[in-house]
Order: sequence, then structure tokens, then C-alpha cells
Amino acid sequence: MRASAVSPETPPAPTGPPLLGLRALTKRFTDPAGRERTVVADFELEVAPGEFCVLIGPSGCGKSTVLSMVAGLEQPSAGEVLVDKVPLAGTDPRTGFVFQQDAVFPWKTVLANVAAGPRFRGVGRREAARQAGDWITRVGLEGFEQHYPHQLSGGMRKRVALAQTFVNRPGLLLMDEPFSALDAQTRQIMAGELLALWESLGASVLFVTHDLEEAIALADRVVVLTARPAAVKREFVIDLPRPRAPREIRFLPRFAQLHEEIWTALSDEVHTAYAQATAAG
Amino acid sequence: MSAVTGQRLRTATGRAWVPAVQLGLLLVLLGAWQLAVSTRSISVFFFGSPAGTWRELYGWIRHGTVQGSLWQQAWVTLQETLIGFGVGVACGVLAGLALGRITWLARVFTLYVGTLNAVPRIVLGSVFVIWFGLGMASKVALAIVLVFFTVFFNSFQGARDVDANVIANARLLGAGRWSVFRHVVLPSTFSWIIASLRVAFGLAITGAVVGELIGATQGLGLLIAQSQANIDPDGVYAGLVVTTVLAVVAEGFITLLERRLLRWKPRRQTPAAAV
Ligand SMILES: Nc1ncnc2c1ncn2[C@@H]1O[C@H](COP(=O)(O)OP(=O)(O)O)[C@@H](O)[C@H]1O
Ligand SMILES: [Mg+2]
Repeated sequence: MRASAVSPETPPAPTGPPLLGLRALTKRFTDPAGRERTVVADFELEVAPGEFCVLIGPSGCGKSTVLSMVAGLEQPSAGEVLVDKVPLAGTDPRTGFVFQQDAVFPWKTVLANVAAGPRFRGVGRREAARQAGDWITRVGLEGFEQHYPHQLSGGMRKRVALAQTFVNRPGLLLMDEPFSALDAQTRQIMAGELLALWESLGASVLFVTHDLEEAIALADRVVVLTARPAAVKREFVIDLPRPRAPREIRFLPRFAQLHEEIWTALSDEVHTAYAQATAAG
Repeated sequence: MSAVTGQRLRTATGRAWVPAVQLGLLLVLLGAWQLAVSTRSISVFFFGSPAGTWRELYGWIRHGTVQGSLWQQAWVTLQETLIGFGVGVACGVLAGLALGRITWLARVFTLYVGTLNAVPRIVLGSVFVIWFGLGMASKVALAIVLVFFTVFFNSFQGARDVDANVIANARLLGAGRWSVFRHVVLPSTFSWIIASLRVAFGLAITGAVVGELIGATQGLGLLIAQSQANIDPDGVYAGLVVTTVLAVVAEGFITLLERRLLRWKPRRQTPAAAV
């Protein structure tokens, strides 16, 4: 994989963003009492090359588990993940992952954090630092290269995470509620910046959230999941124009219409999940 | 940034009185002790006195001890301490990392380590004198054993405590096994290890001095043991003062090391600074 040696300004890797397929993906966990619990059941999904696909479902339904399997971090109990029709085995160098919690390296400076990916992939120190510098500028963190993560705000740390992932030029971008820890204003700003970066990067995206407005603002397609065990309930094509500004798009009548439709499908599952959670607690 | 600097300045000036009070308190205590001895409220024969301790210490510095020069004795103890500390830390870190990251090793060895830890380790000093004789080797061995367990438990805990998310992130960014170890496991465990070094150095000195008390031909512990045999409390205190100076200087070095290696951590907020 020498794709990472390419500078951020050059067009995407020659292969282009991959086609992602989830086939009857299933995950069971054994809880401490020794009982088996199915968290993801027969999950079927296809993400077209370059498509921005958003999974939305109630908390605890199994969204993170789906993403972990797609990332190759967790082994499915049954079914498979296909990347460009080839079954996935372990982590894939084309995959980039932005975590829900902070996962940047607290002991590295911003520059070293962003340069880490290229360095791991065998790029020389100088070249890695140059690429990292470019991406730090693109996410608006110029001047903070020598800061440590604890010296930054939550939004700035998220920008570090974005730059750290994007510097590897992932063809497949997985994002697990990346902005859920941020305040509402910062979340909107970050969503806008993510769209701009994605438009220049051209990756296939699988984005998880439980925030419906965020889902509609970002997605080409919103996939509503059932309460645990997670499976696809319904899909909605978001036919809003691009390029989008997530802050303004909320005021379009079509946005309100989509919001109403999707919420009808989602609310049943939210109620089921709430009942599950209160029964368990 | 300037706000932070400002706060630091304020706490610095606000705390200037602290050392003065600390020094004053020490002088009052020593004065009271000296007074109690001078007025014969307590027996100088058993309890000694600050003035007597100072005379003894001064004598050692000017004319040397019965064993030879004071620096010679301190150097012997320091060598035992440093070698014991170095070897103990190295073994403790390696064992902690290995057992912390390799599950089957932990399953096999945790029982042994736990049992060995339950042995009253100071007693091993007697065993080591029999095995390795009166020279430095037996003291180094005792220091190693004392240091090892402290550092081991910390690095073991640290190695198990590494954030699984950060490891997953490193793997997805392209890190292989070695890179994950080098860039995630090691730095994450380091903060735990460094936290144990301070205690470990104190234990290394304890190991060296106690080893010398048990049986030795040289060292500060021997000076203390001889003073004790002569019922010379001032000599015991003088030996303690020299040992303490060694420990305090070493503590300073460890603090510097900590600052350097843990630059990435938020500064610990002391209660005084929080006010
Ligand atoms: N490693 C695991 N072992 C056991 N149960 C797990 C594990 N990971 C997740 N779960 C369970 O699976 C369910 C779904 O978790 P998750 O995928 O994190 O949900 P979501 O991301 O949708 O909030 C939860 O009930 C959680 O307790
Ligand atoms: Mg989750």
C-alpha cells in the first residue's frame, strides 16, 4: 500500500472508493451470566462507491458492533463483510475509522498524531510531517502543531481525529457517532466541514448516529435500524441537493418532510429500545 | 495561555511563606529537643541530641569514620542502591509488560507472583547474606527484590489498562504489532511505571541499608549498626541524615525525569493551586 505516499492535493487512489457489502452479518455476545445475546441479526446492506450512508438507530441497538465488524476489529459470528466483493479478513488498509470517544494518542503532539498513519505505513519522517502539516491546515488547526491533545478543546481534538484519518486517504470511511460528545453548535460546524472534506476525498462512508437531523443533513441514504438485535428496518434516499450546508438545509421544506417520514419509522424502535433498557435496568 | 501563566505566578508568590514556616517548624522542634536534653528532661545517653548529631556528622566529614572516609561509605551504599534500582526496575517493567499483554503468561504466573509477594521480603536479606556473603552482592539482591515487586505490579496494571480504543485506532491507522507496542502500549504504561519509581527508589535505599544492617563490611548501614552497638544514638541519627540526603537528591532527579517524560499529561492540580 503506497497510496499514503500521495499528497492530499492529488486525486484519490486509482482504485477509487470501494463497494461495501454486508451479507447476513450476525454478532452474538455471551453475557457474564453465560447467556447468549444476539446484538446484530442478519444485517444486509450495500454501500455504493462514493456513497454517504448513515445508519440511525436507538442507543444500544448494535450500531457500534456493526461498524466494528466492518472495520475488521470484531469477528462476525456469522455472515460476512465484502469490500469490492472480497471477504474482509482483519483490518483493511483502505479503511479509516473515526471513533466516538477520544482515540487520538494523548502522548503525541497534534503533528505527531496526524503523521502517525503515514509513519505506520512506511512513509519517511519528512514526507509524513509534510502531509500531516497539509491536513492540519485543512482542518483549521494551523498553529497548534506542537500542542498535546489535553491542551485542545473537544472540537479541536475531533479535528485532529479527522486529519489523522484523512491523511491516509481512506477509500472507505467509518464514523461512529463522531460528533456526539460535542455541543450542538460545534456539531453543526463539524458536520459542514466533514461534508467539504468528504467531497474532496470521495470516499464511501458508513456513518453512525442517533441524531436524525444530523443524519438527513449528511446522507445520500439514511438506513433506520431496529432495536436490538440490529437489522435494517427501512431505507430512505435523501434527495436534497449537494453541495450542502448542514446549517441551512434544515430550513428546506423537503428536509422537514423527510424528517417526518423517517421519524415515524424510527420512533417505534426508540420506544422498543427504551422498554428494553428499563426492563434490563 | 497568559491566564495560566498569571495563575501560576500568583500561586508561586502566594506560596512563598510555606518554606519559611516549614523551616521555622523544624528549628522549633530541634530547639525543643535540644532544650529538653540540656535541662535533663530526657536522657542524652539514650536519646542523643541535635548538637551531638551535628558533632558526629562533622567528625565523619572532617576525619572520616572508623570504616574509612564518609564518602567511601556513602558511595558503597549508593552503588548498591543504584544497581538494585536499575536491575529491579528493568526486570519489573519487562515482567509487568509481558504478563500484562500476554494473557496465557498472566494465567500461568499470576499465582507465583502473588505468592512471592506475600513473603515478608525484608527477611530475604538474611538469606542473601548466607548466599552471597557480606559484600555488595547480598545488598544489591535485596534491593532488587524490593524494587521489582513494586514496579512489576504498577507496570502490570498499566499494561492491562491501555485504552482499547487507542489500540484499535492505531491498528486502523496502519500500525503493526510492534508499532502498537512502541507507540501505544509503552507510552501508556510509562505513566504508571514512573509513578512507581519514587517509591521504588526509597525501597532500593531501604534494601541496601537493611542489607548492611544485617551484615556488611562497608556502607552507611554498617555505620548505623556500629553506632547502635555502641549505644551511640547521635551516630545512628547522623547515618540517617546522610541516607536521607541521598534519597532526597534522588527524588529530585526522578521528578525531573517525570517532567520530561510526562510532558503530554495535564499538570496535576494540587489542592493549593485549585483554591
Ligand atoms: N464486547 C461485548 N461483550 C458483550 N456485550 C457487548 C459487547 N459489545 C457490545 N455489547 C452489547 O451489545 C449491545 C449493542 O452495543 P453497541 O453496538 O455498542 O450499541 P450502539 O452503538 O448502537 O449504542 C449493547 O447492549 C452492549 O451491551
Ligand atoms: Mg455506539
